[in-house]
Amino acid sequence: MRQTLNRDTAINLIIFGLLVATAVGAQLMGDGFTVTLATKAAIFGLAGVGLNLALGYGGLISFGHAAFFGIGGYVTGIFASHASLGTPVTSLPFTVMGSNEMLGIWPMAMLAAGLAALVIGALSLRTSGVYFIMVTLAFAQMLYYFAISWPRYGGEDGLSFYVRNTFPGLNTFAPLQYFTICAALLAIALVFTAVVTQSRFGLTLQAARQNSQRTVAVGIRPYAIRLTAFVLSGMIVGLAGSLYADLNRFVSPSMLSWHMSGEIMVFVILGGVGRLCGPVAGAAIFILLEQVLGGISDYWQALLGLLLLAIVLFAPGGLIGIVTRRGRNA
Amino acid sequence: MLLAEQALNGLQYGMMLFLMAAGLTLVFGVMGLINLAHGSLYMFGAFACAAVAAATGSFWLGLAASLVAAAAAGALVEMVVIRRLYARDHLDQVLATFALILVFSEGTRWLFGSFPLYLTLPPTLSGAVVLPGGLHYPLFRLVIIGFGAAVAVGLWWLITRTRLGIRIRAGEADREMIGALGVDIARLYTIVFALGAALAGFAGALVGSMQSVQVGMGEPVLILAFVVVVIGGIGSIKGALVGALLVGMTDTLGKALLPGLFARVLDTSSANTIGASLASMLIYILMAVVLILRPQGLFGARA
Repeated sequence: MRQTLNRDTAINLIIFGLLVATAVGAQLMGDGFTVTLATKAAIFGLAGVGLNLALGYGGLISFGHAAFFGIGGYVTGIFASHASLGTPVTSLPFTVMGSNEMLGIWPMAMLAAGLAALVIGALSLRTSGVYFIMVTLAFAQMLYYFAISWPRYGGEDGLSFYVRNTFPGLNTFAPLQYFTICAALLAIALVFTAVVTQSRFGLTLQAARQNSQRTVAVGIRPYAIRLTAFVLSGMIVGLAGSLYADLNRFVSPSMLSWHMSGEIMVFVILGGVGRLCGPVAGAAIFILLEQVLGGISDYWQALLGLLLLAIVLFAPGGLIGIVTRRGRNA
Repeated sequence: MLLAEQALNGLQYGMMLFLMAAGLTLVFGVMGLINLAHGSLYMFGAFACAAVAAATGSFWLGLAASLVAAAAAGALVEMVVIRRLYARDHLDQVLATFALILVFSEGTRWLFGSFPLYLTLPPTLSGAVVLPGGLHYPLFRLVIIGFGAAVAVGLWWLITRTRLGIRIRAGEADREMIGALGVDIARLYTIVFALGAALAGFAGALVGSMQSVQVGMGEPVLILAFVVVVIGGIGSIKGALVGALLVGMTDTLGKALLPGLFARVLDTSSANTIGASLASMLIYILMAVVLILRPQGLFGARA
């Protein structure tokens, strides 16, 4: 047990180290595009880490996490656009001004995503199995159609805000500095996940996944535990959405679409469900594949689909699963 | 008059959703499989119809082709991929069928290009008819309502009155037991999957004839079909019919009436905005209400 723990820790450190090394190395060679790709991988990895808390550790197969990703993005876009116009975001019940301070926007994005997760989770967790998947998907789709039919913030066209938000002491426009922010938040989320999953709460969550009836029998109601995990998960994904909005300086309904939910899920599964750094590896590989396959064919998504299919059918543990299994056999 | 027309539109929309949801709910109920690629089979049927209609000049042959091609594609997909997923958890099923969507969509884009195709209806099906009360209504929409009703009756007959139906119901109840009784489960599952696929493909061809045939057309419909299945209850054909009609009516009437209702208390432009946004969320609110009252759906046996 101890040995495998060490091996897992080593793999986690290697994955995170590779991500940082890619960004730093690319910066040294003056390759700004690759730094941006690494930033994207860190952000998607963060979203995957968020989903993994609910999906990997809690067994909650949410197909609606794009909702939280998009909410985080829209909060960021809305605050930033109001800040540049000098108008308040809302004046009821009290005046909230726009902002372009990341440190002010992140809590807002996480709060909004968390509230949405509370409502969606409270309703969806009344169901289980296939119902849960479809209900979370449907709620996310509801927000997607809402964003499309709400012209105030761009509707179908999305919302551009031109200037990246600021972080005290850093130039967020410098690719490596923005990468540093994203990677630091990813590291915090990873440590948070590691601590939470080892805590009494996290262990109960995993117990409820493995055997719900037995958990009930020892006197724990899984509902509240699962809802808490779902909300925490939504908040982390909301933060990732905020970072993604800042990366592109643009938000659109596509951040809320079910393709996004599917992709976040792919990051988790590609890397390995319920493994700490699995989603980070998954996101990085996804972006790598996007680049490589995109260079081979215009129809690269079909190739991606076939590859995913092969992984599901023949390597159910994800890619980290392949690595560790080989490690254990050796 | 407007209300009657919108009610018919809602009925037609509901019938189309029923064709989609019936296949989904059968596959859920019998095999416990969540199939995201159902929307791709819908798209496949529409493209098959468009291609055959263009090649032969006969809309009817196209319609028949949509049934046959979607059933064949469904059977093939079941035998090559889906079959390996029954024993897996839902997560693997979601991911694998998500991957199938990517393959289907890009494959179709490769074959047919990104531009939408249009189908021309034969003269016998196009044009409007005058209904009692003096309402002019497109004939083809009435035909879809008729097809939907016929499929509903046909499925009811198939499931309650035929040998295949007995096996399907038995498979829903206990798959080991019917296997032990000598039913070829693998073949039964392929047949059920192909049947669901045929219905989806047929719906795709009908809707494609009304709007246009394009890549990605199946995905919005798929999510609505999910809403229908959640409202109706998994595995219940009756639930799928009631849910589909509820969703179709709610969506159509909401979009037609809400802006007008809000205009009575608000100025026109904000009434239009709020009305339109709320109308787009209405069916999901309906779903939330059903879930609060009955988490297993209106006709679902188990949650």
